[in-house]
Amino acid sequence: MFLLLKDLQILRRSPLQAVLLIVYPMLIAILVGFAISRGPEKPRVAFLDEVPPGARVSLGGQQLPAAGVGNRICARVECVHVNSREEAASEVGSGDVLAALILPANLVDQIDSLSTLTPGTPQVEVLVNDDDPVKAQLVDERISTLLAQANLAIARRIAGEGGHYLHLLIDGGGLDVLGQRIPILGLRASARILTAVGPEVPPGPLRNSLALVIAFANQARENLDVAGPLIDRLAQPIEVKKEAVAGSAPPLEDFAIAVAATLNLTFVTVLLVAGSLALEREENAFSRLTRGLVSPSALVGEKVALGIGVGLAVTLVMLAGLEIFVPLQWGRFGLWLAAILFGGAALAAAGAALGALAREVRAVSLLAFMATLPIAFLSLIPAGIVGQGLYGAIKLLTALFPFKPALQAMTAALDSSGGGIGWPLLHLAVLAAAYGLLARVALRRFASV
Amino acid sequence: MATGTETAALEVRGLAKSYGEQTALRGIDFEAGAGELLAVIGPNGAGKTTLLSILAGIVRADAGEVRLPSGGVGWVPQQAALYRRLTVEENLMLFARLEGQVDPRASVEEMLELSGLAQRRGEIVARLSGGNQQRVNIAIGLLSRPVVLLLDEPSVGLDPRQRARLWEFVSALAGRGTTVIFSTHDIQEAERYGKRLLLLADGEALFDGSAEVLREAVRRDTPDAADRDFETAFVAYLHHMGH
Repeated sequence: MFLLLKDLQILRRSPLQAVLLIVYPMLIAILVGFAISRGPEKPRVAFLDEVPPGARVSLGGQQLPAAGVGNRICARVECVHVNSREEAASEVGSGDVLAALILPANLVDQIDSLSTLTPGTPQVEVLVNDDDPVKAQLVDERISTLLAQANLAIARRIAGEGGHYLHLLIDGGGLDVLGQRIPILGLRASARILTAVGPEVPPGPLRNSLALVIAFANQARENLDVAGPLIDRLAQPIEVKKEAVAGSAPPLEDFAIAVAATLNLTFVTVLLVAGSLALEREENAFSRLTRGLVSPSALVGEKVALGIGVGLAVTLVMLAGLEIFVPLQWGRFGLWLAAILFGGAALAAAGAALGALAREVRAVSLLAFMATLPIAFLSLIPAGIVGQGLYGAIKLLTALFPFKPALQAMTAALDSSGGGIGWPLLHLAVLAAAYGLLARVALRRFASV
Repeated sequence: MATGTETAALEVRGLAKSYGEQTALRGIDFEAGAGELLAVIGPNGAGKTTLLSILAGIVRADAGEVRLPSGGVGWVPQQAALYRRLTVEENLMLFARLEGQVDPRASVEEMLELSGLAQRRGEIVARLSGGNQQRVNIAIGLLSRPVVLLLDEPSVGLDPRQRARLWEFVSALAGRGTTVIFSTHDIQEAERYGKRLLLLADGEALFDGSAEVLREAVRRDTPDAADRDFETAFVAYLHHMGH
């Protein structure tokens, strides 16, 4: 108890250290948490539309309604409208935009030519700045996606119009040509009329021929009935049926908060406990303390209690601060406490083990960062992203450090769809005991003269 | 082996300690009486710190017996073992509480008076001079009012003025009846402040007696170096003894 008070006194007397220890991990944790859970922002793309206003793709001599390709593109990227190719190139060159997309003036004519005997190749122009390979790859992926979406929009529009003409052929109706409405009889009505006329025709070759025409009209109608849905499906031949067979994902924001809170708890607890224990040796106090005043086990216990206490306070303050931006389920406060206390205990024990093994404060800080950061990032790699063997190794490694079970417990505590909390808590309890024992054994090296 | 007083406050018999293949101490026997100032001297690596660490209960001996007084042993390590970011008073209060003192406040006040640091009780230890840090270090060792006080190289890193004040303080403690055993590799300091010298070399006790007797032994065994200063003569004596 007195040692705990002493550690808090030391912490209070070093405001810069306390700020670095608490505020810095908090900021990093929040940034990392939200960075991994938020999709990329809309990239800025220069957009030059040279297609004459009102130009539309034609089908069978009829203009199709506008597909709104420009609007669709600008809904997915932040369009910077430019007036010339030079301006677009300048924007790309200066780095103000990720790329430039140019729709040439003949784009509609080229698309129209696809239905002629001399089809052209419709092209759009993309200007990129290849000085950064990562950025170049990002642009390629973005542009490919945008063009795929534009192609799909046009294909849907064409399929829709094609379907409309098909229905006109089958069922009949009216077709507007040059402002005049031309009636179309349709196969269904044709077959009906011919069937009605049939009995009036005397038996003989003419009647037989009429029967063949009626059969053809019926067959054509039936087959074209099947072709209609097929044309519709061409626009989107495969659709996705998604079914979750395992796990239940919490809302992305809750997961982000769980990541931020766990990272924060990890850094604060591990660094504080490891540094505090190593400081006992650096201040030469360890030998004096363990000379009958405090047992090494009690010293480890005191450091773990310090880590849990400070970790709990800092994590709760951070969660309360995040409440301003994201509503949290305060009704689950009891589960939060359980997750923080168990996670804090295991992380603090790991910090004590690190502190006892490294012995020097500087080495401890380095070791704590080297151990914590990679493990934390490895813990965030989902299954299926890497090979099975590698994922197995990552899973084993991350199970040996308390970050992942602490994250699982925190995720479960924050949201009911975050999975069960029992196993993560049990996992943390086992790790707390194991690391506590390791710290106790490693403390024997502290006493060496 | 000689003792300075008739009543032995501490008794050591056949003490031995090895670190792996290296022998740190072997066959060490001595006693220390109440109020005695015993200097454990010898070159670096002689076994001085190991001996004091065993007496303090920090290191376990491989063989031998240490009979400690019922009043306990206070231990002051070579480097100040205290918290530099706490004040003088906070350090003393922390250790008084950990010692389980019935009235920790009274003990702290007593030590502040004894160490002459009452006026500086509120100062952060890191801001004190090396000499004053050492006084706090010793005061912490005295909190349990030990019968024997062990000081491991207490004057290392102190300037002559700080050293003089430190020995004045330590001598006063011995004057009050506390047995003080201190280690040093400074032969002149041992001669000046130690009432009795225990000379260690390579883990063996080569001499146990007063500075005057040691001088005589040096003069007798190394006559060529007898006319030189005591430190040079002492080194010649160690060579003569095979160390």
